[in-house]
Amino acid sequence: MGDTQRPAKKTAKSRPKPASTNEPAFVQLLTPEGQRVKHPDYELDLTDDEYRGLYRDLVITRELDAQGTALQRQGQLGLWPSLLGQEAAQVGSGRALAPQDTVFPAYRELGVQWARGVDLISSFALFRGTDLGGRDVAADRFNMYAIVIASQTLHAAGYAMGIAMDGAVGNEDGEAVVVYHGDGATSEGDFNEALIWAGVFNSPLVLFCQNNQYAISETNARQFRLPPYRRAEGFGVPGILVDGNDVLATYAVTKAAADRARRGEGPSLVEAYTYRMQPHTTSDDATRYRDAAELDFWRAKDPIVRYRKWLDAEGLADEAYFASIDTEAGELVRELRARVMALTDPEVAEMFDNVYAETPQEITAQRAEALEFQASLDDDHEGSDAR
Amino acid sequence: MTTMTMVKALNEGLRRVLEVQPKSLVMGEDVGRLGGVFRVTDGLQKDFGSERIIDTPLAESGIIGTAIGLAMRGYRPICEIQFDGFVYPAFDQLVSQLAKIPNRSGGRVRLPVVVRIPYGGGIGAIEHHSESPEAYFAHTAGLKVVTCANPNDAYWMIQQAAAGDDPVIFFEPKRRYQAKGEVDTETSELDLYRARTLREGRTATLIAYGPTVDVAANAAAAAAEEGLDLEVIDLRALSPIDWDPLFASVRKTGRAVVVHEAPGNIGVGAEVAARVSEECFYSLESPVLRVTGYDVPYPASRLEDDYLPNLDRVLDAVDRSLEY
Ligand SMILES: Cc1ncc(C[n+]2csc(CCOP(=O)(O)OP(=O)(O)O)c2C)c(N)n1
Repeated sequence: MGDTQRPAKKTAKSRPKPASTNEPAFVQLLTPEGQRVKHPDYELDLTDDEYRGLYRDLVITRELDAQGTALQRQGQLGLWPSLLGQEAAQVGSGRALAPQDTVFPAYRELGVQWARGVDLISSFALFRGTDLGGRDVAADRFNMYAIVIASQTLHAAGYAMGIAMDGAVGNEDGEAVVVYHGDGATSEGDFNEALIWAGVFNSPLVLFCQNNQYAISETNARQFRLPPYRRAEGFGVPGILVDGNDVLATYAVTKAAADRARRGEGPSLVEAYTYRMQPHTTSDDATRYRDAAELDFWRAKDPIVRYRKWLDAEGLADEAYFASIDTEAGELVRELRARVMALTDPEVAEMFDNVYAETPQEITAQRAEALEFQASLDDDHEGSDAR
Repeated sequence: MTTMTMVKALNEGLRRVLEVQPKSLVMGEDVGRLGGVFRVTDGLQKDFGSERIIDTPLAESGIIGTAIGLAMRGYRPICEIQFDGFVYPAFDQLVSQLAKIPNRSGGRVRLPVVVRIPYGGGIGAIEHHSESPEAYFAHTAGLKVVTCANPNDAYWMIQQAAAGDDPVIFFEPKRRYQAKGEVDTETSELDLYRARTLREGRTATLIAYGPTVDVAANAAAAAAEEGLDLEVIDLRALSPIDWDPLFASVRKTGRAVVVHEAPGNIGVGAEVAARVSEECFYSLESPVLRVTGYDVPYPASRLEDDYLPNLDRVLDAVDRSLEY
């Protein structure tokens, strides 16, 4: 069966070339060696500050994510899904968006959250278990994490439909929606329905698939015969394959897709070909299903190393600049760490709040009962302490 | 007798099924090479091959829908849903298809499909990983619903569920997965659909299942120190419920407290209370009480200890029952 196909062989290079020459190619603007290459369809002309900014985002994202893993190891978080290796996919796409755009993340999108300038604490609270990750999503234009695989793709499709119904597309100021999902998510009915919806209603939606090669232990071979960017075509939604470890390419491709959406030209799917360097989450043991050679292969494609090489060669940044970013990242990590540790347990009463807009009497009664019960236990404890 | 964890007992039970029943299959997300996220299927793919231990695409409706088709073709699928909160994408296939096709077919089509679902809270997990959705399925005619509370039951109940010709939703209390217990691998003492009396007593009857059996047993042990003599019953089957031992117990004690993690509203406890009231009305000294999760979404894990029924809440209910 398909299991005989070893994941180690499934690299960008050995991936079968599309049968038709009309198919979009793997868009790459920066090789793993740090060589800038031209692409006929994707120009990129950022300011020096913007180029440096991407480096800053990549490094900070990596460090904050590593802190998530560390905090979990130290018992401060219940779980952490690391994005190590996927920084370029997230930073490039996140930075490519306009302020009026809206993001629907899955659960590994710390880099997008950072790139969008959204306070990261909500994601740490979610994984610490002190709340369910709630935030002012309308103000942030960044939705809550979605744990149920692919569920968010339909929410994004509906939100995008609403934007079009509001007439908020059609020019440079139009709104676009970007929904993040994994390669595994493409198997769920919800994802395929989202493609149908976005296509039929010509919605301003970008489906951003981070193909990190794994859905927990399962490789792409268990999710599809044809890669997602080509499947999208079958739904009438243009698909583009991009080197997910190339921040310039993910930026350029996402910007084009989002601009297209905001102009009212409809949805598209971006497949960012990348790799999850860590286990699925801190609960996973990836040694059960992949080997060290595969990790080495992808380590050579590291998104930060190549970008730093290029900045250096172009004279856009020097050692002093790189060092200053390391220092800044260290400070941000310390600050975040302190904030995470300061997240205290919620009050019992909070679980009864906001279940409904209009709270039924029964819930109010249960809330009172729970508090009374808790108080009676506290009394007992105080009593026994006094003795 | 061998001592093993519930995970190991399920694994051994599945092995037995795969050995004796050549048409049986195990299918689900990550059940193959990884051995499942809880390792219940650890090593099975190595021993039985990837055609019988199938890593499926990530789609729950697909898992149950194709299991139905495989069953129509003579296979006997044992599906794994990775976590309780991820069974809902399969709801149509479970409730409208798996449950109803045998009846629609006039009994011509049998669907021997087992759906294993790790369920319940108490493991400090993030949202959608701690739910107790049993009432949805117990409410659905055509599905049988069972849940094990200890390794011995896990070992035997999974084999019995797989041996029958009806669809069975098999709930596994994930917070009991690593708890060890004695397993008699020679003979099973109980049928799949029989309740078990863990502890005999005369003061009141505690009725529990799955993860709360242990809670009830501990409460009974604590109550014994205070001179209270509680009977504890593990339902094991939630649909159909084995009523006779329940009624007999309540007729003896006159008081009953039902304990489950799922919210109380329209839950299994409500059905138990209603039936006990109907059948044991003249024996009851007090209303049947319920100790359950509150009627709110499962809270953030730092609040779960306050949400879940615990020893204090069970004993408080016993006190209220006695004071009535
Ligand atoms: C509906 C549903 N089924 C199963 C799961 C359990 N689960 C969590 S993550 C995951 C794999 C997801 O893979 P992919 O979509 O590729 O995203 P990645 O984790 O690789 O970023 C699974 C099966 C879930 N969260 N939701």
